[in-house]
Amino acid sequence: MSIVGYIFLGVLGVVIWYFIFAYNNLVKLRNVLKNAWSQVDVLLVQRYDAIPNLVENLKGYLKHEKEVLENVTRYRSRALEATGIPEKIEAEKRLETALNQLNVVIERYPELKANENFLVLHEDLLSFENKIAYARQAYNDAAYFLNNKIEQFPSNIIAGIFNFNRATYFEAEEHKREVPKVSFS
Amino acid sequence: MWELIAINQRRSIYLFLVMGVILILLGYFIGAYLIEDGGVCGIVIALLIWLALSAVSYYSSDSLFINLSGAYEVPRELHPQLHNVVEEMVIAAQLKVKPRIYIIDDPNLNAFATGITPEKSAVAVTSGLLAQLNRDELQGVIAHEISHIYNRDTQFLTFASMMLGSIQLISEGFLRGLRFSGGSRRSRSSKSSGVPVLLIIALIFAILGPILARILYFAISRKREYLADASAVRLTRYPAGLASALEKISKHSQIASANKVSAPMYIVNPLADTSLNLWNTHPPITERIKILRSLHHGVDFRSYQYAYQRVLRSRQQIIPKVALNRYESISVRESTVPDVASEDIKNENVPVSENTGSDLISEVIAEKEVTDLLRAVSNFIFLNCSCGIRYKIPPEYKNSSIWCPRCGEIKTIPGAGKTETSKPVATGGQVYQRTGKGWESIECACGRIIQLSPICTADSIQCPECGDDIKIVSKSDN
Repeated sequence: MSIVGYIFLGVLGVVIWYFIFAYNNLVKLRNVLKNAWSQVDVLLVQRYDAIPNLVENLKGYLKHEKEVLENVTRYRSRALEATGIPEKIEAEKRLETALNQLNVVIERYPELKANENFLVLHEDLLSFENKIAYARQAYNDAAYFLNNKIEQFPSNIIAGIFNFNRATYFEAEEHKREVPKVSFS
Repeated sequence: MWELIAINQRRSIYLFLVMGVILILLGYFIGAYLIEDGGVCGIVIALLIWLALSAVSYYSSDSLFINLSGAYEVPRELHPQLHNVVEEMVIAAQLKVKPRIYIIDDPNLNAFATGITPEKSAVAVTSGLLAQLNRDELQGVIAHEISHIYNRDTQFLTFASMMLGSIQLISEGFLRGLRFSGGSRRSRSSKSSGVPVLLIIALIFAILGPILARILYFAISRKREYLADASAVRLTRYPAGLASALEKISKHSQIASANKVSAPMYIVNPLADTSLNLWNTHPPITERIKILRSLHHGVDFRSYQYAYQRVLRSRQQIIPKVALNRYESISVRESTVPDVASEDIKNENVPVSENTGSDLISEVIAEKEVTDLLRAVSNFIFLNCSCGIRYKIPPEYKNSSIWCPRCGEIKTIPGAGKTETSKPVATGGQVYQRTGKGWESIECACGRIIQLSPICTADSIQCPECGDDIKIVSKSDN
């Protein structure tokens, strides 16, 4: 074989090696993303399960904040019914806002902070929110890395051939710190 | 993130190689001195000692360090918040297994992490830490410890400390043996040659080896502390939490049950400080706080690297370049603790309202309030820094920003430079004194931040926002 032939073979080898490497890398990133999403999903389910109990317990303390508590219950059931990742993300945003309002309301009752039982409830609520926020953060990081690889040259060629789709980001609603309306009914 | 772990592990291996060479040379020369042609035998014995120590550390290091510190495991029921905070960080770092959680009964503030692999790891905090930190601060500390586990620093520290331990053991044993049997040895070595060359070489290695290994070990341990801070901030997205936790810890960080071996594992050095930088396992805490406090805009690795270089005025690459090579920018999140400033004021008022017994304290505070009132009348500006300090700025103070003497945060004074007109205009006569030769950022009266490059030699710079000329006085001028 001539020298040109060897060079051609060498280049072909490098290209094939890169293809395998890039493909494996994409698969790895996609699995990381899937894993991160399942983490989010598990936490969301845990939160759905915890909300009815939590709301029931809070009712005793927050007699004048019925509306806020009802919002939480309503958006919980809507989020439960949602199917598919984009719909779920949309429904979750609503529930998140309702829960944030609940947190703001709680901060208006400093005397509750002295109550041991209430503090346990509040810690649970806070921790659920935090855990979901961190799981979402991890999911978004994974989505960012995957999307980067899918869009950047030359890995975008491989992503195109093997049909890797861009991941949807799970953006949180901007933390709404405004105080909801108070109803004295 | 994965690149960072890979690079950390590669660097750990380099360190092991260097330490391994020291160990082998030490073994060879001591062996050659003690026994005729016993160099190889010495190497074998040195490696055996090292292997034994490593095996012990591999199978029982987590329980070993936990037992040394006298910690006990806490069940979830006993401290749900601590468990929640750890779980949150485990989720954020995507660890597969939650580390076991321990409490050390000690009124002082400190924490450490240990474990050969992320799956076999443990986190321990003191009871004083739990009592004195709020949720955000605790989260900062736990994030730092989880980062040590995630970045495989605990792994590195355990193996490196065992290698250091075996080097120290061999050289100490040799030196001690030499002292006891000083005279009897000489007859044999003088038989082979006039000068005991082997003795001198063995002595040099026995004395210098441990010192060299230790300097290497501590240098890397210091660097990993910065890295863990950067990762912690990236996980929590809230640098103020870790910063104020470090401030509280810095005052009472000494732990009775800590020793030289376990010291590098703690978040802040638990032993009394030695002044020489080379021997410290931890970087100066004031600098760590300053870096964290100056992270206003972003919490990604790039921002941390930039803040590090600015605060320490060095060009050192604290975070490996590979990890920086991303166009990510992550912004700071809000505090979950309602209002830090109002909480501080509340604490300040507690002695007045409740603790009537201590008249002296309430008197001092009452006096403080009166002078504050007088200051408020004469147009003083009051500002609360996030580190808890409160500035009282006299109306004569002309600059538009103030440098916090405690934490190093640069605060803009509201309303400064806008007293004459509402629109920012060129006030003229601004003078900036250069503090060093590196990159510096100055703030114009209109609020615009201007970067000064190290090669800038001009004696004035024009603000692109308001067109004002700022005079620059370089350090060498006076």
